[in-house]
Amino acid sequence: MNSKEYNYGKITTTKIKAKKKAEEVKKYQTIQMTDGVLIPKKNDGSVLNSWRITFIFSISLLFFLVVFIPDPYRKIFSIVITGTPVTFQATIGAIIGAVIIGTFTGLGAVSKHKWINMVSGVYVELIRGIPLLVQLIFIYYALGRFFSLNGMLSAIIALSICFGAYMGEIVRAGIQAIPKGQMEAAIALGLNRAQAFRYVILPQTLKVILPAIGNEFISMLKDSSLVSAIALSDILKRGKEYISRTFLSLETMLIVALVYLVITLVLSWLVGKLEERLNKNA
Amino acid sequence: MPNIKIENLEKTFLTVDGTLVNAVKDANLEVKSQDVVVIIGPSGSGKSTLLRCINKLEIPTGGTITVDDLNITAATTDIRKVREEVGMVFQAFNLFPHLSVMDNITLAPIKVKKMSIKEAKKLGMELLKRVGLEEKAEAFPNQLSGGQQQRVAIARSLAMEPKIMLFDEPTSALDPEMIKEVLDVMMDLAKSGMTMLLVTHEMGFARAAATKVVFMDEGSVVEEGSADEIFDHPKNQRTKDFLDSIL
Repeated sequence: MNSKEYNYGKITTTKIKAKKKAEEVKKYQTIQMTDGVLIPKKNDGSVLNSWRITFIFSISLLFFLVVFIPDPYRKIFSIVITGTPVTFQATIGAIIGAVIIGTFTGLGAVSKHKWINMVSGVYVELIRGIPLLVQLIFIYYALGRFFSLNGMLSAIIALSICFGAYMGEIVRAGIQAIPKGQMEAAIALGLNRAQAFRYVILPQTLKVILPAIGNEFISMLKDSSLVSAIALSDILKRGKEYISRTFLSLETMLIVALVYLVITLVLSWLVGKLEERLNKNA
Repeated sequence: MPNIKIENLEKTFLTVDGTLVNAVKDANLEVKSQDVVVIIGPSGSGKSTLLRCINKLEIPTGGTITVDDLNITAATTDIRKVREEVGMVFQAFNLFPHLSVMDNITLAPIKVKKMSIKEAKKLGMELLKRVGLEEKAEAFPNQLSGGQQQRVAIARSLAMEPKIMLFDEPTSALDPEMIKEVLDVMMDLAKSGMTMLLVTHEMGFARAAATKVVFMDEGSVVEEGSADEIFDHPKNQRTKDFLDSIL
């Protein structure tokens, strides 16, 4: 480039208005959609501290009870912990299902086809209006009449369908938070809409929605305790079984609560780490 | 021969409160191969809308646009074919923030033209050299200044080897000290024989580069001519008033 050759005289510009606009666009590149901060952030001292305090408190209480008061706590712990594989299976299965359903629901909500909008909108409204416990029992017992669904499969289906609707709303909001210029630039380069979504819009959406999605994952882990209503032996069910044998309700539920708490806190830490990595290049 | 012919173009928007806005009405314009056409006019005169109609970022509500004998306003035309041949540079740069400079440039050639990654990178490097940013290939857009971002955006458009380049106020979002570096790139491009159509407030650039200056007001083309004709001897009173207000 031969930068000295050209001379354009006095440079006139109307940049102030345009700059303001660009700044406004920037402001909307992140969305806040949480029901409270579950995920610790590195630079947020107070949140990190409250996370730390809770974690240290819960893990040391659990450790203390199990090690120093073996009767009844060690017994309870050894029984309750056998429920974790079921809890994890249901949660992980439901996370995968909900992410897939949520992505398509979110894309459907921003689709150019009216009837696809409609389908995804009705799905979201329908599912959000029915309690998860009702959905769970409905799928297990009602659909169980026509198809042979085992407990785990119906739990995963119910959790996926329920959280898929919430996830869909998050994905929609995330897509809409990406400045319009990104799509325009992509299609002006000759990409079709599908390619533009895949290579330009969705990767950016992922970064925007990760905190909200992480919160959903944590909620799913907690709400997976509802599967105990359909005869699945998760953490809560193991505890309830133990109570019915020994009537040690306070002690058992204390351990159940602590086990959930520790798992949830670890999960929120992991999501925080993931977010940090994705934000490196932001 | 790239050639744009705009006849009786009309674009009406329905605003949120239900009123109709006639952004462009009865606009006529012809752009020949290797022309550098600068569109000037007060804000709200439909300059950007006219530009955006040419690659159908806005869908015209009336009139016809022919690009290379292809009527792009016809419903049957595959608009992607046109978009591959018409590059566009935006006021807000619109670089993809999650991709490196090199990936920004190579995305469309790889995905649309099915170029091999190696070939695309070679092309990307050549283009970065052309805009003077070869050392920034692995940087991310947010690590660049506004001027550098716009130069990358120009390189990104050029990677599709367009026959026509559209510039929508390419320097309006830039700090004054960065405007020149972008104008220099555009000037090089004009000198290399690229057909260009641009909306700008840089009258100095218009004088130096334009083969034709078009003055638009209230959605239609009021006057067109060479830069000297428009700037020094405007015939229409509205053109005179506008030039008086900005110079």
